[in-house]
Amino acid sequence: MSYPRGTIVRNTTAARINHWITAACFVLLMLSGLSMFHPLLFFLSALFGSGQWARAIHPWIGCVLLVSYAGLIVQFWRDNFWNWDDIAWMAAIVRVLRNEEEGVPEVGRFNAGQKFVFWSMGLLVPALFLTGLVIWEYYFGAATSIETQRAAALIHSYAAIAAIIIWITHVYAAIWVRGSMRGMTQGYVTPGWAWRHHRKWLRSLVATGSPGPRPRRAGENS
Amino acid sequence: MSNLQSQDYIRISATTLTPPSVRRHEQEVAKLIDVTRCIGCKACQAACMEWNDLRGEVGHFEGTYDNPLDLDPNTWTLMRFTEWDNDQGNLEWLIRKDGCMHCEDPGCLKACPAPGAIVQYANGIVDFISENCIGCGYCVKGCPFNIPRVSKVDHKSYKCTLCSDRVTVGREPACVKACPTGAIMFGSKSDMTAWAGERVIDLKARGFENAGLYDPPGVGGTHVMYVLHHADRPSLYAGLPDNPKISALVEVWKGFLKPLAVAGVALAAVAGFFHWITLGPNEVQPEDEAAAAKLINDSQGRT
Ligand code: HEM
Ligand code: SF4
Ligand code: SF4
Repeated sequence: MSYPRGTIVRNTTAARINHWITAACFVLLMLSGLSMFHPLLFFLSALFGSGQWARAIHPWIGCVLLVSYAGLIVQFWRDNFWNWDDIAWMAAIVRVLRNEEEGVPEVGRFNAGQKFVFWSMGLLVPALFLTGLVIWEYYFGAATSIETQRAAALIHSYAAIAAIIIWITHVYAAIWVRGSMRGMTQGYVTPGWAWRHHRKWLRSLVATGSPGPRPRRAGENS
Repeated sequence: MSNLQSQDYIRISATTLTPPSVRRHEQEVAKLIDVTRCIGCKACQAACMEWNDLRGEVGHFEGTYDNPLDLDPNTWTLMRFTEWDNDQGNLEWLIRKDGCMHCEDPGCLKACPAPGAIVQYANGIVDFISENCIGCGYCVKGCPFNIPRVSKVDHKSYKCTLCSDRVTVGREPACVKACPTGAIMFGSKSDMTAWAGERVIDLKARGFENAGLYDPPGVGGTHVMYVLHHADRPSLYAGLPDNPKISALVEVWKGFLKPLAVAGVALAAVAGFFHWITLGPNEVQPEDEAAAAKLINDSQGRT
């Protein structure tokens, strides 16, 4: 993909494809899962054909999600380590929420909020997968004791709700911070966007003459 | 089973509304299984297959009288045989007819996520309405007696219907009709309780001092009850639960988690919405672009 001149690559094409596969799986899992979660949401199962279809398809989409999220971890883990910048940034969270970003400590490619989404999903998706397998009646109905299955069902629904709440925050942040969405659809951001939200990241790219998304390592040519 | 609208409902799975309930004059029914009179002939098991048109796979002999070895989608009632050496060192052959207990507070129905897949009629019978069942197996997790079985063929859950189709037209369940010793009785719950009381007095007189009626209060009582010689130890009878209750895990899962979850999700969405209308989007400013351009120019100037 070619990007407009003077812009910065925020996410590679592979990362974007991987992200949107994950997003599609998550939305489908959320809709089919919620249809079984509460009687008032049972109508959502009609989106999948019927209750039987929603029940049957849900765990399979879950398997795709696990693989897809593993791909995202490979794409993004290096830029998601906690560091002292995150503490400083979190201390200034009120200013961030008020859109007063002057004076907020500079952060690298991802801020503490984004890292939280990354790691909490990194925990919740495998938890949902494992508990999901235990309550997958067709294949594993006889594999574990019924008491284990009861615990798994409980954890699965708690974890699902936690994941959905985190997902809502994630989606809202993408809508709120203008320019982020394009970073994940077309893959690029303007230098001003990077300056405003991820100044350390911009500095590291500029210092190494990298087009993004990662600083050029010594010896790497353009 | 099909849905018998000729009967009234007490409960319907996965619904937030009051079930249709004007005809509340039906008597509660009960099946009384007098284990002390059972000879293990399995006439009831055969009658159940016959009436309900069930034909399971022919299995293998496994060195026990239990045949088949477990309940399955084609086996809604099963004689379970236990050889027990009693405290005097004598062998007692305990034979229990296993199957759905038709709980007053059914865990299967509480767990079921499909509207109308499980109903409880005003007479107390708990019935699975197959056309509404989605095959998730939650009823298996909800049941304290390990009764429902989900078919691998049609993905529907099955169990004893207490012959709701026969009862609704005034007949007794097929197993009751078939039993040659009168060990299975059927009638109103109060009649069956009274009759069991007489049996228990009789058994006590004959030396079974712990004889009693199994009508476990943990599930609000059941519409299938047992007379046991050793009512102090129900688990002797092929693991009949001593004190069955809907698991606390299921209660939390189906109880307070739901409003908590809805509140959490709604709060997140509402918080986002109000943030948007009060503080609005975070836009990149011309100063940001200018500062970034300067940074880039400076660095290019250096190289
Ligand atoms: C990652 C792999 C996953 C697997 C293998 C999986 C599997 C399952 C299974 C087997 C069930 C029982 C119903 C059925 O058989 O379809 C279920 C229910 C459910 N799942 Fe998942 N799932 C996964 C991920 C997710 C995710 C990511 C979400 C939410 C965003 C989710 C939300 C739910 C919900 C809300 C229920 C209903 C729980 C209840 O009834 O209380 N699942 N899942
Ligand atoms: S499998 Fe059991 S819990 Fe699931 S829909 Fe069918 S009857 Fe209800
Ligand atoms: S014994 Fe199990 S299947 Fe039967 S009514 Fe009780 S909870 Fe439901």
